[in-house]
Amino acid sequence: MRRILVSLLCLVALAIALPAQSHQEGAEHSANQEETHGEGGHDCACHEDEAYDPGASAFHHISDANVFHIAGEIYLPLPCILYAPGQGLSVFLSNKFHFHEHGNGAYAVDGYVLNHGEVMRVAQAGFPMEGEVAIECFTETHTEDGKTINQVIYEGQCYNLDKKTSYDGGIMGGGVTSFYDFSVTKNVFTMLLTFVLLFFLLRAAAKGYQTNDGKAPKGIQAFIEPVFLFIRDEVAIPFLGAKYERYLPYLMSIFFFILGLNLIGQLPIFPGSGNVTGNLSVTAVLAVIAFVVVNLSGNKNYWQHIFNMPGVPGWIKIILTPVELLGIFIKPLTLMLRLFANITAGHIVIIIFVSLIFIFGKAGESIGGSALGGVMAVPLTMFMMSIELLVAFIQAFVFCILTASYIGAAVEEHHEHH
Amino acid sequence: MTGTLAALGAGLAVIGAGIGIGNIGAKAMDAIARQPEAVGDIRSNMILMAALIEGAALIAIILSIFVK
Repeated sequence: MRRILVSLLCLVALAIALPAQSHQEGAEHSANQEETHGEGGHDCACHEDEAYDPGASAFHHISDANVFHIAGEIYLPLPCILYAPGQGLSVFLSNKFHFHEHGNGAYAVDGYVLNHGEVMRVAQAGFPMEGEVAIECFTETHTEDGKTINQVIYEGQCYNLDKKTSYDGGIMGGGVTSFYDFSVTKNVFTMLLTFVLLFFLLRAAAKGYQTNDGKAPKGIQAFIEPVFLFIRDEVAIPFLGAKYERYLPYLMSIFFFILGLNLIGQLPIFPGSGNVTGNLSVTAVLAVIAFVVVNLSGNKNYWQHIFNMPGVPGWIKIILTPVELLGIFIKPLTLMLRLFANITAGHIVIIIFVSLIFIFGKAGESIGGSALGGVMAVPLTMFMMSIELLVAFIQAFVFCILTASYIGAAVEEHHEHH
Repeated sequence: MTGTLAALGAGLAVIGAGIGIGNIGAKAMDAIARQPEAVGDIRSNMILMAALIEGAALIAIILSIFVK
C-alpha cells in the first residue's frame, strides 16, 4: 500500500514538473513578439456569423480548459496561476473572467482573457495590462501563411492574442507563448479526482485483507482483487519472472491510473469529460517514467545487446547499433502516441456523431433535420461508447503489458540464442 | 494538396496495419482451435503483437494529421 502511494506521488510530481520544463524556448519567442508589439489595435467590430464547424468543435471539446463547463450556463471556476516574465504572478479564480456563452470571458484580468475556456494573453501594446476591464468579444484573423491568430475586441479595436500555453512544443497547434500557465485546469482537476478515488478504492480493498482475513473477499475488495491478480499473473510474472515484486507497484499504479482516467473521461457529465489520457503532455509524462524505469533497471546484457550485439558480424553492428539506440527512444514514443491516439480518436468520433444533429439541422434552422440527425446520432454514439469502454480497458492493459515487456527485456539475466 | 497527400498516407498506414492485425487475429484463432488449453497465453500475446503493429500505424496517422 505504501509503495502504491509513493508511486502515485511520483506520478503527480512528474505530471506537474513536465509542463514547467517545456517552456525554455521562451527567449526565442520574445523576438517574434516585438513585431506584433509594434502598434496598437486597429478598428474592428463584433459579428456573429459563425457557421457550425464539426472539426473545430471536436478539437474544442477534447482540449484542456481553465474552466469546467457543467451544463448550459453553469460553470465550475478553477484556480488560475499565471506567470508572465516582466509582469509577475497572477493568481485568481477563473470566474473573475465572468463566463458567458461558450466559456468566453466577458472581462480581461491583468491582460489575460478567457477564449473558449482557454486562458490567452493579449500580445499587442495599447491594451490595459492591469486590473479588470470589460471586453466586447473574440474574433480571429488569418495570416498570409495560413495561420490563425485569435483576437480580442476592446473599445472597438482588435488586439492580437497569444495562443494558450502548450506543453507539446506546438505540435497540437499551440506554439510557444509569452506566459506560463500553471493553473489547475480541467485535466489537472480530473487527475486529482482520480487520485482521490483510487486512493480510497485501493485503501478499502487493502483494508479488506485485515478485516476479512481467512474469509472470502467482500465489497470493493472482491472487485479489485481479480483485476489485481490478472495483472500480476498475466503481465508481471510472465514478463518479469522472479523479480516481478520489485516492479509490481509501478505496473499497478500505471494500470489503475490509466484505467481510472480512461473511465472518468468516458463520462459525458460533470465529474467526467476531462480528456486526460487523450492529452499528449499526460501520455508524454507516463512515457518518460517508463523510459526512466526501463533504462535505469537495464543490466549488462541489456546494454550489450544495444551497443555490441553478441553473435553478429562486425559490419552488421554498424547498422544494428544505431537502430537499437533509436529503439530506446522509439519504444516510449510509441507508448505515448498509442494511448493518446486511441483515446483522442474515440472522443473525436463520438463528437462527430453528436455533430450529426447540428449538421443535418443546419445549426437549429431545420427541426426535421435535427430530429433525423438525432435518430442517427444516438445509436451510433452508443455503439461508439461501448467500443470506447472496451478500449479504455485494452489501452490500460496494453500500456501495462508493453512496459512490463520492456522492463523484462532490460532485466533479463541470460539470453538464449535461438 | 499536402492535405490530400496526408490523407492518402493515413489511408495507406491503415491498410498496412489492417493486414497485419488481420493476420495476427487469424493465426491466433487457428492456434486457439488447435490448442484450446493455451487460450490465455495466446490471447495476451495476440494483444501485445497487435499493439506493436498499431504503434507503427498510429505514428503515421498522427504525422498525417499534423502535416499541413
